[in-house]
Amino acid sequence: MAGKGIRIEGLRKRYGSGDTAVDALKGVDMHVEPGEVVGLVGPSGSGKSTLLKSLGAVIDPTAGRMTLGDEVIYDEGWKVPDLRALRRDRIGFVFQAPYLIPFLDVTDNVALPPMLAGVPNTEARKRALDLLMALDVQHRAQAMPSQLSGGEQQRVAIARGLVNHPPVILADEPTAPLDSQRAMAVIRILNDMAKKYETAIIVVTHDEKIIPTFKRIYHIRDGVTHEEAGEGRGFD
Amino acid sequence: MISLAGRDILHAWGKFVFTGVGLGLLIGVTLVMAGVYRGMVDDGKALLDNSGADLWVVQQDTLGPYAESSSLNDDLYRAILAMPGVDRAANVTYLTMQVRQGERDARDVRAMVVGVAAGAPAGTPGTPPYLVAGRQITRGHYEAVADVATGFRLGDTIKIRRNQYTVVGLTRRMVSSSGDPMVFVPLKDAQEAQFLKDNDAIWQSRRRTGENPAFNRPGAPGVLDAVIASQSSNNFVNAILVRLEPGADPDETARSIHRWKRLTVYTRAQMESILVGKLIATSAKQIGMFLVILAVVSAAIVAFIIYTLTMDKIREIAVLKLIGTRNRTIAAMIMQQALALGAIGFAVGKITATFTAPLFPKYVLLVPQDSIIGFFAVLVICALASVVAIRMALRVDPAEAIGG
Repeated sequence: MAGKGIRIEGLRKRYGSGDTAVDALKGVDMHVEPGEVVGLVGPSGSGKSTLLKSLGAVIDPTAGRMTLGDEVIYDEGWKVPDLRALRRDRIGFVFQAPYLIPFLDVTDNVALPPMLAGVPNTEARKRALDLLMALDVQHRAQAMPSQLSGGEQQRVAIARGLVNHPPVILADEPTAPLDSQRAMAVIRILNDMAKKYETAIIVVTHDEKIIPTFKRIYHIRDGVTHEEAGEGRGFD
Repeated sequence: MISLAGRDILHAWGKFVFTGVGLGLLIGVTLVMAGVYRGMVDDGKALLDNSGADLWVVQQDTLGPYAESSSLNDDLYRAILAMPGVDRAANVTYLTMQVRQGERDARDVRAMVVGVAAGAPAGTPGTPPYLVAGRQITRGHYEAVADVATGFRLGDTIKIRRNQYTVVGLTRRMVSSSGDPMVFVPLKDAQEAQFLKDNDAIWQSRRRTGENPAFNRPGAPGVLDAVIASQSSNNFVNAILVRLEPGADPDETARSIHRWKRLTVYTRAQMESILVGKLIATSAKQIGMFLVILAVVSAAIVAFIIYTLTMDKIREIAVLKLIGTRNRTIAAMIMQQALALGAIGFAVGKITATFTAPLFPKYVLLVPQDSIIGFFAVLVICALASVVAIRMALRVDPAEAIGG
């Protein structure tokens, strides 16, 4: 699903109220174009996770505006009736650990989101196998998650995030458990997939190895982001 | 959509099967408990059915002969025979005791000794309605017909009180209301056995009677002997079993006997209600309590297991919710697992109960109706037990899948 990526304007999030209120996000502005992979970098407690949860529609921001593709999804309140469907169909997630469903094989792990969206099982599995092939793990299609290496698991998790062709993917430290070589491989895959599927990908990371690979980086500190150009090494 | 519950069960089948087996043993005990109750009721009905009686005539204002003691003169049956609607009437005595096996290995068996009219024509109430080996009692003394559950065999010598009897016939499913197998002996022998005193007691009784001037008057020879003879004989029976003529109304005949003979008479339905409602009522309540406790324990175990299994999947549930799984899909997954656990448990329990029931000393009657009720009860219990886990799963925040 091609689109205009994601645009965030003045996003705020306040926890609590009164004297004990904490402003975790103090007006975040960012945008990610389709086919682009940007880094989101910041120290612990800077608001990275709050921003990711807000973008992922699992917590309610306090104020601001979010536009996904052509549609305003948040403007001082959610503008979509079903956040569950929003997460299922239009936002992909890749986590620090792959968090594959241990009782489903690789194909069904990837096919699960379209199945949940009502796509027939055979069609969902076909989509899954296509993605597994694109990510070069098709040979493990029948394996259980416990039988995969860490890198294979992460590729399967990326496939699951991409399978519904969402306009945006939120990747939460996807390379944290991986060595340099595998981490770079994952970033390469994310770049390839972003280009192939016109997906906007936001990668939250602490990983010094992969930061130079981003062309644009958002630094977040004390709930405020500022943008800077990255080195964009290796993935032109 | 694939079955998440089914996949999870297949993935962790060992855990499910072993848990199901454990639960199944508990369910098996529950089914056996229900079977024990059914067996008690069936024993009671078998007692009534096999007696061949339509009416039970007992001592006035008693619930005899099974629920209370009852004593009637043994010649009353002749008067009953003359009543309108009565086809046959026979005396019967019941005496529960340890019957010893005479010479072979001196083992003893808890049995109900039944005194019946020896040599009575076939179909006389009280006598065994059918035999699986041997013949009916034909001699007036020292012959017995035993239920096969006693373990006695044809030709065995058994000892009741101080007399020895030869087993001449074997019958089946002739039991008392408490499940003890029956041993039939001639009525006179049973009457004697019922009140037989030991030799010292007889000797002391005779001496005491002899020293009583009222019984041992000079010039009245024979009085003492007559008194002693009456003291050492028993002319009482516990009940008179009545078979009605075809077409006779049991209630009308019972009313007639009660009115004219001043005796208490029970019909088959009344006797069944006495047996079930009074004789085994306490046992039934006891078993009912056990069933309730077992149901609660089963529910607690299922709830704990399903809760633990769900706790183990908190992260997966958070991920499922984050990628858009409906709450009802997650709830269905947990409930299906609980129901599957119940189904496995029930299958194991049913098999266990079926194979172990014959090993129990008392009759355990497993009826399909109980199994069907039990199956649905297990499913309901499992469904209810899964509610706690479902509530916990639905409270899982999808944000938990995202770090921070």
